Amino acid sequence: MLASLGLILLCQLIGEAVVRSLGLPVPGPVLGLLLLLILLLARDRFALLARGPLRDDGVETASKGLLAHLSPLFVPAGVGVVQKLDLLASHGIAIILVLALSVVVTLLATVFTFSLVSRLLRQQDVR
Amino acid sequence: MKDNPFSLWVYLSQSPLLWLTVTLLVYASTDAVSLATRRHPLANPVLHAMWIVGAFLLLTGTSYTTYFAGAQFVHFLLGPATVALAVPLYENRKRVVPSIVPMLVALVAGSVTAVVSVVLLAELAGLPRDVVLSLAPKSVTAGVAMGIAESLHADPSVTAVAVILTGIMGAIIVTPLMNRTGITDFRARGFAAGLAAHGIGTARAFQVDEIAGVFSGIAMSLNALVTSFLVPLAVTLLVR
Repeated sequence: MLASLGLILLCQLIGEAVVRSLGLPVPGPVLGLLLLLILLLARDRFALLARGPLRDDGVETASKGLLAHLSPLFVPAGVGVVQKLDLLASHGIAIILVLALSVVVTLLATVFTFSLVSRLLRQQDVR
Repeated sequence: MKDNPFSLWVYLSQSPLLWLTVTLLVYASTDAVSLATRRHPLANPVLHAMWIVGAFLLLTGTSYTTYFAGAQFVHFLLGPATVALAVPLYENRKRVVPSIVPMLVALVAGSVTAVVSVVLLAELAGLPRDVVLSLAPKSVTAGVAMGIAESLHADPSVTAVAVILTGIMGAIIVTPLMNRTGITDFRARGFAAGLAAHGIGTARAFQVDEIAGVFSGIAMSLNALVTSFLVPLAVTLLVR
């Protein structure tokens, strides 16, 4: 468990280090995600890598544990709303309406595009 | 606070222990309520934990900075949790790879819609320029969005609030909205949730369906990449 958490942190650390030193516009943890994915795929190819956290579902179990508790991680940033009560008092309703409309439009645009393209491709496969 | 007679409170309210405990216990109770209502969208545990903790801070006269000194240990885990998304992605790779084309097309359509719609609507609503800029990256995960806001010289703390509000509203609305569209493809539904409502949408998607959760996590990561490039461009073109 500890080694698995260490591996996850190490991936993030390398991600942050690469992003900072190369000035990439990518968030460090996203690069860390890619790195961990590559490690897991490489482990299936090369038995040499299948040790420590990469053995017996070590890093898999630790990751699922973290992801099972994803929502509470947003609470501290969300409580930051107490600093912005004056802004909410003056523009709160407009901001909430703008965000609500935008999220609905974004959800619909994404889901329709995804299912349309997926259906078009499947039709081509059949022909 | 110095002339407070309750020295124990003075001590505890300045220590990370109290605020970490409050954050976890309040979330545990709002999550229990959410579970008792069979995950009803309006019982969103993040939304209710947020205002309860916020009200507690206001009532006790505690500053957000003091609170965050404790709660940052929870906040910090957002980074490792993003890295951990590699695991569901890896385990479901055989379902993800054949969907690569619809995913990339929906990614472009969704990211552009997210940024353009919020900027246009905010201008239409007559919001001040710095608020418009702070709202622009609201569909990506908090850490990334705040970075984008900083690079635009907008207010990252407004962005953080906009990000959380977007996530909560997206998580509340996604299931009823998707049921109305009649789309039953959980890859598409999850992808939309993660793109529009980042990690909070992804947490919601994992509650509904495992595949939806996986696609939501992918959408959230990819959107963080695309939006970093898109927001500066959209702002140059759209904001007067």
